[in-house]
Amino acid sequence: MGEMETAPKPGRDVPPKKDKLQTKRKKPRRYWEEETVPTTDGASPGPPCNKKNRELRPQRPKNAHILKKSRISKQPQVPKKPREWKNPESQRSLSGAQDPFPGPAPVPVEVVQKFCRIDKSRKLPRSKAKTRSRLEVAEAEEEETSIKAARSELLLAEEPGFLEGEDGEDTAKICQADIVEAVDIASAAKHFDLNLRQFGPYRLNYSRTGRHLAFGGRRGHVAALDWVTKKLMCEINVMEAVRDIRFLHSEALLAVAQNRWLHIYDNQGIELHCIRRCDRVTRLEFLPFHFLLATASETGFLTYLDVSVGKIVAALNARAGRLDVMSQNPYNAVIHLGHSNGTVSLWSPAMKEPLAKILCHRGGVRAVAVDSTGTYMATSGLDHQLKIFDLRGTYQPLSTRTLPHGAGHLAFSQRGLLVAGMGDVVNIWAGQGKGSPPSLEQPYLTHRLSGPVHGLQFCPFEDVLGVGHSGGVTSMLVPGAGEPNFDGLESNPYRSRKQRQEWEVKALLEKVPAELICLDPRALAEVDVISLEQGKKERIERLGYDPEAKAPFQPKPKQKGRSSTASLVKRKRKVMDEEHRDKVRQSLQLQQQQQQKEAKAKSTGARPSALDRFVR
Amino acid sequence: MTANRLAESLLALSQQEELVDLPKDYLLSGSEDEGDNDGEREHQKLLEAISSLDGKNRRKLAERSEASLKVSEFNVSSEGSGEKLVLADLLEPVKTSSSLATVKKQLNRVKSKKTVELPLNKEEIERIHREVAFNKTAKVLSKWDPVVLKNRQAEQLVFPLEKEEPAIAPIEHVLSGWKARTPLEQEIFNLLHKNKQPVADPLLTPVEKASLQAMSLEEAKMRRAELQRARALQSYYEAKARREKKIKSKKYHKVVKKGKAKKALKEFEQLRKVNPAAALEELEKIEKARMMERMSLKHQNSGKWAKSKAIMAKYDLEARQAMQEQLAKNKELTQKLQVASESEEEEGGTEEKVEELLVPDVVNEVQMNADGPNPWMLRSCTSDTKEAATQEDPEQLPEPEAHEVSESEGEDRPVAEEEILLREFEERRSLRKRSELSQDAEPAGSQETKDSSSQEVLSELRVLSQKLKENDQSRKQKASSEGTIPQVQREEPATEEEEPLLLQRPERVQTLEELEELGKEECFQNKELSRPVLEGQQSERTPNNRPDAPKKKKKEQMIDLQNLLTTQSPSVKSLAVPTIEELEDEEERNQRQMIKEAFAGDDVIRDFLKEKREAVEASKPKDVDLTLPGWGEWGGVGLKPSAKKRRRFLIKAPEGPPRKDKNLPNVIINEKRNIHTAAHQVRVLPYPFTHHWQFERTIQTPIGSTWNTQRAFQKLTTPKVVTKPGHIINPIKAEDVGYRSSSRSDLSVIQRNPKRITTRHKKQLKKSSVD
Repeated sequence: MGEMETAPKPGRDVPPKKDKLQTKRKKPRRYWEEETVPTTDGASPGPPCNKKNRELRPQRPKNAHILKKSRISKQPQVPKKPREWKNPESQRSLSGAQDPFPGPAPVPVEVVQKFCRIDKSRKLPRSKAKTRSRLEVAEAEEEETSIKAARSELLLAEEPGFLEGEDGEDTAKICQADIVEAVDIASAAKHFDLNLRQFGPYRLNYSRTGRHLAFGGRRGHVAALDWVTKKLMCEINVMEAVRDIRFLHSEALLAVAQNRWLHIYDNQGIELHCIRRCDRVTRLEFLPFHFLLATASETGFLTYLDVSVGKIVAALNARAGRLDVMSQNPYNAVIHLGHSNGTVSLWSPAMKEPLAKILCHRGGVRAVAVDSTGTYMATSGLDHQLKIFDLRGTYQPLSTRTLPHGAGHLAFSQRGLLVAGMGDVVNIWAGQGKGSPPSLEQPYLTHRLSGPVHGLQFCPFEDVLGVGHSGGVTSMLVPGAGEPNFDGLESNPYRSRKQRQEWEVKALLEKVPAELICLDPRALAEVDVISLEQGKKERIERLGYDPEAKAPFQPKPKQKGRSSTASLVKRKRKVMDEEHRDKVRQSLQLQQQQQQKEAKAKSTGARPSALDRFVR
Repeated sequence: MTANRLAESLLALSQQEELVDLPKDYLLSGSEDEGDNDGEREHQKLLEAISSLDGKNRRKLAERSEASLKVSEFNVSSEGSGEKLVLADLLEPVKTSSSLATVKKQLNRVKSKKTVELPLNKEEIERIHREVAFNKTAKVLSKWDPVVLKNRQAEQLVFPLEKEEPAIAPIEHVLSGWKARTPLEQEIFNLLHKNKQPVADPLLTPVEKASLQAMSLEEAKMRRAELQRARALQSYYEAKARREKKIKSKKYHKVVKKGKAKKALKEFEQLRKVNPAAALEELEKIEKARMMERMSLKHQNSGKWAKSKAIMAKYDLEARQAMQEQLAKNKELTQKLQVASESEEEEGGTEEKVEELLVPDVVNEVQMNADGPNPWMLRSCTSDTKEAATQEDPEQLPEPEAHEVSESEGEDRPVAEEEILLREFEERRSLRKRSELSQDAEPAGSQETKDSSSQEVLSELRVLSQKLKENDQSRKQKASSEGTIPQVQREEPATEEEEPLLLQRPERVQTLEELEELGKEECFQNKELSRPVLEGQQSERTPNNRPDAPKKKKKEQMIDLQNLLTTQSPSVKSLAVPTIEELEDEEERNQRQMIKEAFAGDDVIRDFLKEKREAVEASKPKDVDLTLPGWGEWGGVGLKPSAKKRRRFLIKAPEGPPRKDKNLPNVIINEKRNIHTAAHQVRVLPYPFTHHWQFERTIQTPIGSTWNTQRAFQKLTTPKVVTKPGHIINPIKAEDVGYRSSSRSDLSVIQRNPKRITTRHKKQLKKSSVD
């Protein structure tokens, strides 16, 4: 339920961000240089070149003469005066002037398609005129809203950062120092190391806005800070082993999984709650839209705690021993647990059993991560393999790679970068575009740390990766990791205290009930067919007949003795037989079709082509 | 059929109603007079009846036979005599006296009148009334259908309903009071002035002005008035012609013919003086008439009339004379004319001949083709030079060819626009007459409206008729005047396309209906032609589609997964680009992990497969075994019921839908129903939907502000009905939606008491029902 495709929204009162990293290795660019590039770009009036020419024009007036050429084109637009006067038959205004761009502004089709949600692949049964009109209205609405959303995408002004090697250079060899040297001062300040060797390996967590960072060391060191300004909020030692640490819905609350119980602190470091029902917790996950804190314990229980009311919603026994691998699917709020028998199980608080179980590795699963769109899951196991699974129904591995020591920790960034922590090294892989899985061929970046990795997370809305390790906490720069545009109403990094409070109220009002968590959240918009059928059946039983059924054949009375009982029965039988024959015919046809299909499948299945994997 | 019957019944009803009204009044007035008379009689009867009660006087009453005491001149009483009064009895005394001839005539007229039909019985009348009332009401109410539909489909209704007033002032008004103030505005205006763009009041470019001035209003009005006048004149003339045509008096027609002949003679004399060539032509025509006469048997005393006269001729001098006259006429007509002597036909003895003289062949032909003799057509064809001269306009449009063709073939003189228009009217009228006969009539109001489509049809018809006419001519090998021949030749290339069509229908097409049929046939042929083309296109398309279909199937097959565990097929194990080796030993990695790694292997897969099998088994619907051990056979420890029995009493559970993970070997998907989620799902299909897919499609788009822009969200969540607080919402009125209110009042009257309908209403009802 997390990151569904939402309409882009402009930040309300947000200062523009300048910290997007655009770096090349050899030619370090400073921020004043950076500014020159976009200005030269901006001088040419043409919009970005990479968009295609296809576009959508809603309600194009039929008689109006519209310029054939799209407005989104590769060439910068030349003054169009001569062309305008070529078609004087087009609509003239009262003053004789002519609209150089008649009709509504064009919208690129791809963007519109992104916001279309009606599944038109399924063919509907024949419908009445009234129903058809309703469907038409729904479709028109969808088109209109998606066009509006596509138009407002113009307001997403920021572009993601990137890292490019100079002619064939491997970006993986670019080290942090080079990047820091290349980027502007503000961005460079985001790379830092906290040397905290005293309190052992650290787990860390960023708040949802990406502004705050909390980390807890194995030996009881818990701290929360505004990592951008480096202002410390609190720093305490809980005098107990800290297994995991997590922010709740806002930066004001902090859940810490300690050796025995789960504790909740506020941003002053004051202990607010000690939740004894959640004991021996190893991992924590917070589901922001449901206000649920999911805890996985050594005892093998997955417990959901509703932090808005302080109730335990569900405590599920995974029956798979100790649980220490957990991650959430931000798309549908399903919890993924990794087990020692190589399976990953998917959980929702509404079901006692796992929604699905996937056998991923031959050894135990060491780490699981799900990307923000809920499409890909990365797992690593004791068999030293790193796999990326497709979560859209097939649960098949898309790519596999064996790593020398196996990855102990995995994390996805907002834009789909995958990071794996292997010993004291982190590897980052990037995909081709936003929607594609990270290709494991070549790492995008690598970095060596001063100790083995213990916690990994990408900072939301920043090109920053936080790594907790035995030597402390490292914040490293990963260009192109974070989403450049944030929703100012949803998670605003620059929000004030008042804004936060407002948001908190609204978020609580929009809280999603825990029982709505399921594998396919779109299924909630479907009719419950079983209840529907049941209802129909009951109605028939209650009434004693089927009100929607076809009336049974009643032979017409005939004259001259032809309406005898025998003939009536004969006629009835005739009709019945005819119907029966039709049915048989249809079923036979179906069977034949199936046979043909099978035959074809056999014939094609004999020789699978190497290119079949690309067929969809 | 039903409509016809209905109409008949209604007609009968109307007649009967009218007639019912009459006798009722009559009776009422009659009974007024008779009232006292009857009263007295009844009184007397009563007295007699009472007196007869004692039994003595009964005989007396029956025997009474003398004339009634109360004989009056106003009332003919038939009492006493056993039989009815017959009109003939009354007429008998009138016969002798000639002074009463008028009365006799009147009475005869009364006698010739038919008897009145029996009125329908009450139930039938009521039923008809109900039917008519229902139709009327339905018609009145159907006016509201579009309004209701519109309101139902409207996205939003704002009550109270108000008429929208265009609040936006025209741009001229806005601009008139506005002046350029800032330097930028002034600069812009300077530019506009330089480029001669209009800035001030009319805001029209010179081109637009010119286009507006192209035709003034007065001119247009004059033109329209002219056309109107022409139309009126035409209708007067037509009416007159129709009236004259109806006159049956032979004498009148004789007089008219004579007059015409005289006129023709005069004209001929004049022509001879002025234009001898034309006169010669006329003479030739006369010659032709003579030839016709010779061919025909017209005046050879072989007709019916002549034969009857021949019988009488022995005795009757007049008859003899008449016969001789006829023969003389025949002689005259068949006599060859001397060109030199022009005074052959001095007397009006040759009336018919003169008539033929008057009317050229062309006209006759036209009459043959168009329905009935039309004097208007005649006029237009023969002589309209004068009119043409007077009515020629400078702005006259170039004549379309169709008109030219429909013109009399002989002359190509330009015909005035009005003339064309009138002819068009003529033809349309005749067409309408036909259509009235065949179908129900068009509303009378639409006469004046010219819709372009009908015009087109008419012009097509005209062309067609023309061609047919020509075809006829050529078929008959009729000798036509010199003028026509080149015309026909000229038009032949145009007709060539139609040639096969025309040959298919050699019989003469007389009516416009037939012409229409012809046109239709042509249309059909066109369609038939176009259909194969379309089919060809489709067949062309289908091969394109066919390769697509197998492709799709292939795709579907590709999705089918082989039953292979991913872990069993080892994927790429070699690392293409080695990650940076770490030489240090990990602290994390301890002894236990090493052992686990070593033992990780096949048991994981086996366990998983077993788990999956169990899950599949658990989710399968169970069979029900109803066998009773020991029932009908021996039972006990170690004894199993027989296989046959077990088979017989095993109720197999229906097979459920295939599992989602059927083809996914490494996945177990829980098939259990999530009841918590189901509680939030829709479980009843709303009204207009018949299948849940339809409904699902309408709720797939989210409406929340999280997924939509603000504007879209507001639009999606607008209330369906908006009411203004503190305002009375009146029921919708006819005026609100642009209807006149009269229809509504009509309806209310009918609804209040459908029985008592006034005569006016009755007439309306009849009209509507007939329509």
